[in-house]
Amino acid sequence: MTAVLGKDLVGLEHLSSEQIRLILDTAEPFKEVSERPIKKVPALRGKTIVNLFFEASTRTRISFEFAEKRLSADTVNVAASGSSVQKGETLVDTAKNLEAMRIDMVVIRHPSSGAAQFLGDRIRSNVVNAGDGQHEHPTQALLDLLTIRDRHGKIAGLKVCLVGDILHSRVARSNIWGLLKLGAEVGVCGPDTLMPRGIEQLGVCRFRRIEEAIEWADVLNVLRLQLERMERGFIPSLREYYRVFGVTVERLDRAPREVTIMHPGPMNRGVEIDSRVADGSHSVILAQVTNGVAVRMAVLYLLAGGRPELADAANRAAAPE
Amino acid sequence: MSRPERTTILDARALSRALQRMAVEVLELAHGTEDLVLIGIQRRGVELAERIAKQIETQEGAVVPRGALDITLYRDDLQTVGPKPVIGETRLPGDLTGKHVVIVDDVLFTGRTVRAALDELADFGRPKRISLCVLVDRGGRELPIQPDIVGKQVKVNSGERVDVLVEEVDGKDQVDLVAAAAAGARG
Repeated sequence: MTAVLGKDLVGLEHLSSEQIRLILDTAEPFKEVSERPIKKVPALRGKTIVNLFFEASTRTRISFEFAEKRLSADTVNVAASGSSVQKGETLVDTAKNLEAMRIDMVVIRHPSSGAAQFLGDRIRSNVVNAGDGQHEHPTQALLDLLTIRDRHGKIAGLKVCLVGDILHSRVARSNIWGLLKLGAEVGVCGPDTLMPRGIEQLGVCRFRRIEEAIEWADVLNVLRLQLERMERGFIPSLREYYRVFGVTVERLDRAPREVTIMHPGPMNRGVEIDSRVADGSHSVILAQVTNGVAVRMAVLYLLAGGRPELADAANRAAAPE
Repeated sequence: MSRPERTTILDARALSRALQRMAVEVLELAHGTEDLVLIGIQRRGVELAERIAKQIETQEGAVVPRGALDITLYRDDLQTVGPKPVIGETRLPGDLTGKHVVIVDDVLFTGRTVRAALDELADFGRPKRISLCVLVDRGGRELPIQPDIVGKQVKVNSGERVDVLVEEVDGKDQVDLVAAAAAGARG
């Protein structure tokens, strides 16, 4: 009953389908909390959570902060710039110093793949990965899964295609793990230069043309094209990218079925996605943002509670009401 | 001294009679249906509230708003028992300010559930009055909380358990007293 997720949430790769479903099911009642006149429940009262962000983030950081505050946790935000990190302190030293101030959880975003796992193995507090390098961004994938389930009533059997920069995308990686575990068919589509070698071995199908992907898919998850990729020569130009891989109204009009459009944000309108598509009736992009808070509340709630030894004692002592 | 493992203290007919009487008592307490709101506590309190509301509606010919409350996130023992993964739905019929709210639950024991429900309701408005209606009062209070309406009072030893079964969830209407040895099994 306790430790349903273990101590940390590092990624979806090592979660079971039952654990993923549990998080999604737990997120359901938390959606309602954000609709209340007083958007707050006391579940994590007295818990202290540090948001340790070594990379720029608006949406994810704010979403975590809302989730924490709506659970009544006390939160502190630490950004890499303006902290002792700039003076050369190591990640573990920073975290150990925070732990010495008696914190309960760390939400970490870091440019290096594996940073969340590394930290989780070295501190007692729960660690939640808010994106580590090109590795995973589990809460983004979970909110994507919840949004797909809301829209289609199921995940198993759906065809979901990730479009764009798969190579550098932790969102893609977490989505692939989560979708496959829940029984979806997963496709990927993007330029060769932005496609990891051997991606098919993960059990996904590869589309070279966006038209093929659109014809195949029930859901398109359009990833952000990181603009710095152009400078490094992965793509010739933004205009050419839009011309070849842009998700446009014209292309979607030819789809045999309605295709649900998702984007993890922030969007580059007119680069990976047509503005009319982003704001269109099949877009669930803002529903994703709303669901993000509920999913993060569920993750924090499931990680926070429970010391098994006390639970056993309490069960023995008291008959249930 | 030793009781059988499972004793039925209310069968389907007795339970139905108890609910009918409780519905009448709710009406008396609230002086009719104006401003009356019935709120059931997840899980079985929700079904019981529904039954009492229907009873009142047949009797009075007026609609009684009802809601469901899950108090999991307001519990005071998250630290010890850990997160309860399955959280039920909380659904309230609008603003509770100025309403007479009747909380309906299956079993009243320590009073901690009711304490949590009172805290949670306060986040939805300021009712003019909150009353408590329970099917079974088994004693053993740990907080200064008393019911206004009781279906059946039962003396239950610590370690024993009261099981309320309702048609909608369990397939039958029945209230059982489960002996200490067997009670541990379902915790």
